[in-house]
Formats: sequence, C-alpha cells, structure tokens
Amino acid sequence: MPIIKADLDLCQGYANCVMEDARFFDISDDGVVVVLQEEFAKEDRTRVEAAVRSCPVSALRIEE
Amino acid sequence: MDSRTVIVGGSVGGIRVAQALRSQGYTGEVTVIDAETYHPYDKPPLSKSFLDGTLSYDRLYLISEEEVRDSAIDLRLGDRVVGLDITGSSVILESGPAITFENLVVATGLRARPSPWEATDGVHLLRTLDNAQLLKEDLLGAGSVVVVGGGFIGAEVAATARSFGLEVAIVDPLKIPIGRVLGDTVGERFTGLHHSNGVSTHFGTGVERITGAKGNLSVELSSGAVLLGDLVVVGIGAVPNTEWLVSSGLLIDNGLICDEYCRAAGQSNIYGVGDVARWYHPGYQALVRVEHWTNAVEQAACVAHNIINPKESDSYSPVSYVWSDQYDWKIQIAGETAAASDCVLVEDPSNHARFAAVYSNRSGSYCGVATVNWPRAMIQCRRLLDKESDISIPLNLITALLPSV
Repeated sequence: MPIIKADLDLCQGYANCVMEDARFFDISDDGVVVVLQEEFAKEDRTRVEAAVRSCPVSALRIEE
Repeated sequence: MDSRTVIVGGSVGGIRVAQALRSQGYTGEVTVIDAETYHPYDKPPLSKSFLDGTLSYDRLYLISEEEVRDSAIDLRLGDRVVGLDITGSSVILESGPAITFENLVVATGLRARPSPWEATDGVHLLRTLDNAQLLKEDLLGAGSVVVVGGGFIGAEVAATARSFGLEVAIVDPLKIPIGRVLGDTVGERFTGLHHSNGVSTHFGTGVERITGAKGNLSVELSSGAVLLGDLVVVGIGAVPNTEWLVSSGLLIDNGLICDEYCRAAGQSNIYGVGDVARWYHPGYQALVRVEHWTNAVEQAACVAHNIINPKESDSYSPVSYVWSDQYDWKIQIAGETAAASDCVLVEDPSNHARFAAVYSNRSGSYCGVATVNWPRAMIQCRRLLDKESDISIPLNLITALLPSV
C-alpha cells in the first residue's frame, strides 16, 4: 500500500500541500509539515500527487 | 491523428503540466520542448540555496529522469520553438522539423530584463542556471557588489552575497521598494533588515550610469553618489518570452492573453501557463499575469484538467502565494497585499524575528497576509482567503498562536 512520506529536514513550511488537501497535511507550531494520515485511498491518488508536486522543496514523496 | 500535447517550455509551468496530465490520466503523447540543454530545473533556489552553495544543480531537478521515462514524457532539450502555425496545428523547431499537436501549452516564461547600462564585464543578470553559475563564481572572488533593484531577487542576492562576507550596497528608485508589495510600514522593516545585516541601501534614487569592468565598476546614482563594486547584479524585472508567437495570430500583450480557462483568446486547444500567461482572473475580473512559482503549479493542474476535460473546463481563480528568503527571514505572502488599504501588525513577544501583517481592503474585508518566520500563522490565514471574511477572523487565529501571558 502506497504511503505519504515527508522529509522534515527539507520542509520549509510553505504549506502548499495543506492548500492542496488539508485531510492529509498540516503545519506544526514549529513550522514544518505534519502528515495527518500516511495512507490514502486509490481515488485520492491524483490529489496526493498534486500535493507532492506542489512542494517547492520536494520534501514530499509517495512510497509505493 | 493520435492525440498529442506539445508543451513549449520546460520550466516549472511546463513540467508540471506534463506531470499533471499523466497524473490525471491523459494517455496521449506528451512532448516538452525547451531551448536550454539542462535537465529541467527549478529557478527559485538560483538566488538562494543554489547561489550560496547549499544545493547543487542535481538537487534542482523539477522532475526525476526516472519519472520522465516512466511517465513517457518526450523531453526535447536544446531545441528552440521558433514559430506556431495555428491552421496546421504545429510548432516549428529551430532545428527544422514541425511538430503537430492536438493541444498546445505555451510555457515559455520570462527572461531577465537586460541591463540598459554601458558596462557588461562583471555585470550580472539572474534568471537561468547559467546566470546563477557565473554569478556564484564571481561572488566567490569578489570583495564587493552593488545590487541594482530592491525587489525580492535583489534582496535575496544581497543577503546571499552578505553571507559570503562581501560588502553589499543595494539601489532602487523606490523609497521603500518592498512597500510596493506590502505597504510602507512593513516595507520599512525590510529596509531595516538590510541595515541590520550590514548592507547599505540607496533607495529613492535611480542609476544613471554603470561604467568600468569586473573588479572596478562604478555605479553613478541620480542622487549624485557613486557606488564602487567589484560586481554589479541587475535585478530590474523580467519580460515575457513571446517573440516566437508574434506572427502566429495569437493575442500578445505583456504575455499571452488567455481566457478564464487559461485558453489563448479565441482558441480552443492552445493554453498558457505560468509567468507568460496573462489570463482573465474571474475573481478580480481583470487580466492578470503572476510571476510566482506556486501560481505556475496550480495553473498547470488547471490546464491539464481542461485539456483532458474540455467540456467540463475549470476556470482559474487562484489565491496568490509567494515566499522569499532574506537573511534569517522566511517571508511568506498570500492574497492581495499590494492593493490593500489597511494593515494590522501582530508581533510575537517571544520571538522578535517573527511577525504577521494582516491586510484589509477598502470595505474592511480581509484580503491578504504576510508573515515572517511564522509558517503556522501563514497557513491558518491563507486558508481563509478563498472567501470573504472580516479581518478579525485571521487576527483572532494569529493571536491564538501567541504564547499565553
């Protein structure tokens, strides 16, 4: 099952992922991404991919 | 004819259209053509983490080589598109052949506005990887630099040069350069940031002449002052790359004119994306052209959707978002701050390098936000911007983030 992975060292808190889909992503008080749920349904794949591509520092990826 | 989408331009807008097409299930051919020979790379780091050496070129890839292969994206680098034949549905390459398309995406972006001044040796522009590479090499061997242009690129270059220990002066014709975007109160803080980092500012004065050569350049200001520098960086904006479209019949006016679906005016299968596209924004009821990374990505998703679903096209009405890194400030801006009529500042007493500015329009409604070193405040406020709300709502959200007294 594919899951969402975030690299917290790369993340700069731009939060484009949160704008794409707030069910999966949030920003902590420290200003870095929080993956709210790693797993996603098949029908959400396009949205999760869009969130991954929206990250300016490539801090997100889908692990197959 | 098999369906094929041809994307002209391999920067963020073009590459993200290609990716979004595949992600959204497009099965036709996808061809991306770019005049540069480099594997498609990302531009924002060129004035920041690439310039200061934190990131190398291979970390700037917009798409991995593996994804290009797996997604069957036909990437043609080092070839320039020189013309468009609308009736024949084809683009003409400099190398000779024409490529036919069912859909065309114009993603040719901008180029740096050239320096209008005399000197060339040691005078840098910053837009491309080659520009950044040359500037980086020169910065490493220089003792001083004069930056012409106090916008984000200029400020970022000044900050990077300062981190190398160079003596830095920055010039802009506006008295408060960032005030144009964020209002004078916040803009003055940005000027103060240059000063507290030891950069001298010469704002409210133009540049008359730049003479000399690398290692010995003179920048003569309209105020009469003369600034000396080993290097000069000219960051005075950028212009759309639309020359290849001039005789095509498409409407060009400070970019490619597009409708609310990002389709070129009067066309059903030609789209614009990113910095080059000047489209009708339904929210503002005006043509806008946005030079921001996030806009290119969001617009790319919309264009891909509209290519795949021409009968159920989405109009494109984004909330603007941009970031900048200057010295130890991580700056984020969302919404319409430039046109705002009022601004309320919220400071974090526990962290003096952190604040938020919340903007409202003439009718008192919340219309934009800028934060420094405060991503959580930014996202909370940014999410509110797609609908009308009173300014008290974002202000309360930010206040709730402050440490309780």
